[in-house]
Amino acid sequence: MNETAQSMSGLESAQAPPHPLREFWNYFRLNRGAVAGLTFVALVVFVALFADIIAPHDPHEQYRDHFLEPPVWEESGTWEFPLGTDAVGRDILTRILHGSRYSLVIGFIVVTLSLTVGIALGLLAAFFRGSFEALVMRAMDIMLSMPSLLLAVVIVAILGPGLFNAMLAISVTYLPHLVRLTRAAAITELSKDYVVASKVSGARMPRLMVITVLPNCMAPLIVQATLSFSNAILDAAALGFLGLGAQPPTPEWGTMLAEAREFVLRAWWVVTFPGVAILLTVLALNLFGDGLRDALDPKLKR
Amino acid sequence: MRPRVHALVLTSALALTAGHVGAKTLVYCSEGSPEGFTPALYTAGTTFDASSRQMFNRLVEFERGSTKIVPALAASWSVSDDGLTYTFNLRKGVKFHTTKNFTPSRDFNADDVLFSFNRQRDESHPYHKVGGQYEYFVAMDMTNLIKDIEKVDNNTVRFHLNQPEAPFIANLAMDFASIHSAEYADKTSGTMEAFDQNPVGTGPFQLVAYQKDAVIRYKAHPDYWAGKAPIDNLVFAITPDNSVRYQKLKAGECHVMPYPNPADLDAMRQDQAINLLEQEGLNVGYLAFNTEKKPFDDRRVRQALNMAVNKDAIIDAVFQGAGKKAKNPIPPTIWSYNDDVVDYTYNPDEAKKLLAEAGYPNGFETDIWAMPVQRPYNPNARRMAELLQADFAKVGVTAKIVSFEWGEYLKRSKQGEHQTVLLGWTGDNGDPDNFLYVLLGCEAAKDSANRARWCDKEFDQLLRDAKQTSDVAQRTALYKQAQMVFKSEAPWVTIAHSVVFKPVRKEVVDFRIDPFGGHMFYGVDLK
Amino acid sequence: MLRFILTRLSILIPTFIGVTLLTFAMIRLIPGDPIELLVGERGLDPARHAKLRAEMGLDRPVLEQYWHYLTGVLQGDLGKSIVTKQPVVDEFFTLFPATVELSICAMLFAVALGIPAGILAAVRRGSVFDHSVMGAALTGYSMPIFWWGLLLIILFSGILGWTPVSGRISLLYFFEPVTGFMLIDSWLSGESGAFKSAVRHLILPTVVLGTIPLAVIARQTRSAMLEVLHEDYVRTARAKGLAPWRVIGFHALRNALIPVITVIGLQVGVLFGGAVLTETIFSWPGIGKWIIDSIHRRDYPSVQGGILLIATTVIIINLLVDLVYGLINPRIRHRR
Repeated sequence: MNETAQSMSGLESAQAPPHPLREFWNYFRLNRGAVAGLTFVALVVFVALFADIIAPHDPHEQYRDHFLEPPVWEESGTWEFPLGTDAVGRDILTRILHGSRYSLVIGFIVVTLSLTVGIALGLLAAFFRGSFEALVMRAMDIMLSMPSLLLAVVIVAILGPGLFNAMLAISVTYLPHLVRLTRAAAITELSKDYVVASKVSGARMPRLMVITVLPNCMAPLIVQATLSFSNAILDAAALGFLGLGAQPPTPEWGTMLAEAREFVLRAWWVVTFPGVAILLTVLALNLFGDGLRDALDPKLKR
Repeated sequence: MRPRVHALVLTSALALTAGHVGAKTLVYCSEGSPEGFTPALYTAGTTFDASSRQMFNRLVEFERGSTKIVPALAASWSVSDDGLTYTFNLRKGVKFHTTKNFTPSRDFNADDVLFSFNRQRDESHPYHKVGGQYEYFVAMDMTNLIKDIEKVDNNTVRFHLNQPEAPFIANLAMDFASIHSAEYADKTSGTMEAFDQNPVGTGPFQLVAYQKDAVIRYKAHPDYWAGKAPIDNLVFAITPDNSVRYQKLKAGECHVMPYPNPADLDAMRQDQAINLLEQEGLNVGYLAFNTEKKPFDDRRVRQALNMAVNKDAIIDAVFQGAGKKAKNPIPPTIWSYNDDVVDYTYNPDEAKKLLAEAGYPNGFETDIWAMPVQRPYNPNARRMAELLQADFAKVGVTAKIVSFEWGEYLKRSKQGEHQTVLLGWTGDNGDPDNFLYVLLGCEAAKDSANRARWCDKEFDQLLRDAKQTSDVAQRTALYKQAQMVFKSEAPWVTIAHSVVFKPVRKEVVDFRIDPFGGHMFYGVDLK
Repeated sequence: MLRFILTRLSILIPTFIGVTLLTFAMIRLIPGDPIELLVGERGLDPARHAKLRAEMGLDRPVLEQYWHYLTGVLQGDLGKSIVTKQPVVDEFFTLFPATVELSICAMLFAVALGIPAGILAAVRRGSVFDHSVMGAALTGYSMPIFWWGLLLIILFSGILGWTPVSGRISLLYFFEPVTGFMLIDSWLSGESGAFKSAVRHLILPTVVLGTIPLAVIARQTRSAMLEVLHEDYVRTARAKGLAPWRVIGFHALRNALIPVITVIGLQVGVLFGGAVLTETIFSWPGIGKWIIDSIHRRDYPSVQGGILLIATTVIIINLLVDLVYGLINPRIRHRR
């Protein structure tokens, strides 16, 4: 039964070209790392959605008789707080589970913001060549000449510390790459026949930009977006670590690390777990992103 | 996971103590870089540690480890009966440092005193514009206080004041009043910047080299007027991170460190190589209610919230035990501290009743401002605010935690934008006036340091009376009474006086904690 | 080639002016007040406040301030720090060597490990070695380096005691800085053990700062190498029976290095960003920490001057990378 199904689908694919999504999936699932990454990301999404139900405690509840309790496998650890408690007696496991929400939101918002603005600027630069293009591209050069973390720090200093401002700052620092990428891809597409054809047939500018050209530039942008997603989580954590990101008591992972820094030598668990959470999530996203790129990149499809 | 010190590192530590043949080098892991080496130009403690407290002297000084004022460059002094004239007899035979830029040709005299003060107060003084501002001098109101400084002879100087000011002599012991060499100033008049960059003082140590943000090196002043320091070299290893400082102390890479992490105190107590010195700090951390805004204009509301705060939990979680509950606005180490004052006891039910009485049976919404920085009187304002928020919630008061960039925080809270604000104070000169009048007097209630914007006629009059007389017994009585008024009016929740901890290695002899938060190494020895 | 350099240079001028404008504008948008920070809890009265602002030149019209700043910049004067009252240029260049030294070491570390690892992984594609290198590289790339630094400190300094916790050299050694690079200075000083001490102090910060570039370079080298190995000329060379190491060393590597060099150039900006975190963790007396501190203190001239100088450095390095790129890859040079 199984065999027949397989050979059937094999036959099918040999005859008619498969649906692009199906083809993508076929390539993607060959990459074991990517599938593992995707699974973990799905887990994080699940945790984020149901943190209230899964988490054993309230992330803000301070158990005042349980300051800095070690995780369960240490001598004085208890099952009540499987990963121990922090300096004001909050359950670390709960906070890490809730922290997944912030990380996903950070990634999502940063990607949405930077992608929207970046694509818009890039497309406009590609369509209206000349002084507008020069202006945009010089502005991107200027931004690129500043280390992105430094630029983000200064922007947060301007807007004031806080999670949303940190996301805004990070989005801004991602613009130059996206603008350059979009512009380059759009310029290539613009010279192609189908665009010329639709121009000739009288397609209006906005339509041409969004409906005709943009979809054909999406592959590199999607790859860049997944990379940005994981980078945004790292950068937001770095800003949180410098005290400029999410503010306590928000259980954001970077902020938890910043708060925990003074316990480096005394309570390793407060420092270790949020870092592990960041590392694993970012790693999973990157694995997934790698798989995505390989599956989308026709060059590697051999 | 308990960290151990590796044997290899210890040997290098021993080598460090031995240093060059027979020379004793003490290493201090300081918490930050000095802004510069001329104390009058700056305001940071790190600057004073690196300059005035090692390299300079003042006319009078605080005895090391206490707030007692003792003669220094002035061998003695007298005050006129009207409290307007202070006459100082200067010490003879005091030598300035000999450095690679300067060899003094004469001993310290009255000209040096005049130079040091006139530079700060006289805008036409050639050195006044060099380096810029003299914020401490201005802040202590010296510009308005000093009418004239008169050189009576080479060894006598007379200060004339515009009005009597009992804390004046204590002001002269502060860092900004450090004495510089007028002769050196004449020498460097061509390149005035050099005067501040290559400092020359009369103090027990002189500067050898400063590598920015890394190391400051001093050597003992061989001709120091009170006798050469027991150690030969003094090194400041600038180490901003407190857990790193502790690592270095354990490894023997330094002998003394300031501001340990509260979290590390237990480990330090158990460490055989370390002595953990402790002393109550000259500071107070408080939550001020904006008494100009509803509902905090009502004394009952302020009292109720005083009862709602569980100070024990704050001492545990925020200070990790390194603090003492505060009941008065001045710390117990200051004279005139009133121990008869009874604090509000933690009682949420009583607090609720009082709130209901004041017309808030269901509580109200407010904000708690938490400063973004660590201060001596509050190691973690955000954590403190979180605890206060939970405490207030128990009596029905919903509080939002607000924070700004530190400069903005200071400015906005000064302008009274807050409802309640966390702040604190570290004493400058050990006089109660320096806490009570500065922080709670009516003069400061309008856009100034009085964050409660609290102006109580009775309280204010007591403080004004105390300023006019130099009779300590009389002043003590007035201040004690003022503290009673303060407590019943409750413009603040007095939260804590932090305990200052200084971990020093066992081989360090006679290091004393300075109540003002400074670090002085004259008189310290190494075994 | 000259023409190529000239066109590149001509783009630099508007970029540079844009950077001065951007830094200037950003600094003025940062809320907060350096004067309030200087006086702390005490505060000062409005009249005095206004006077100090005037002395710092903060009361003049913004355009006039910018003009003053720009003319200053062109004469190499970036103003004086509000906190230390020393010229910003002096402060920057006393600290700059520490950051450069650390960055160079981190980059050498990344290149020295990353390129061979990438080549080997490509050559043995699909092997256990390939998988473990790529796994490690992706992990490194996903690393929050501030946390990584803390872990390494706990392990190597705290538990094992192998490396010093912070600083650039043991306090035992004291010599006047000649170059500002501790490795060179300690060598020149001739004091026994000084050089070794400087090296030991550099190890952890180098590893932490070098982690991400290492990961990026290893990945980039591998994929560039893979692509080149499939090119016809490599196949031809192989078919001609050239020794495998010659094929890889001469034919493949030279072409594979082109994208790798671009990546190295791009990593320079990343390095300065990473230096901010690394220097904070290791109390390394460099530029990154200095700028963060200056931002916290609202020391406008320092932040403004510091960012401008860093941006200039990045621009120059990118130009150099472009030129090198042009040298190895003639196609770029002649493309208009």
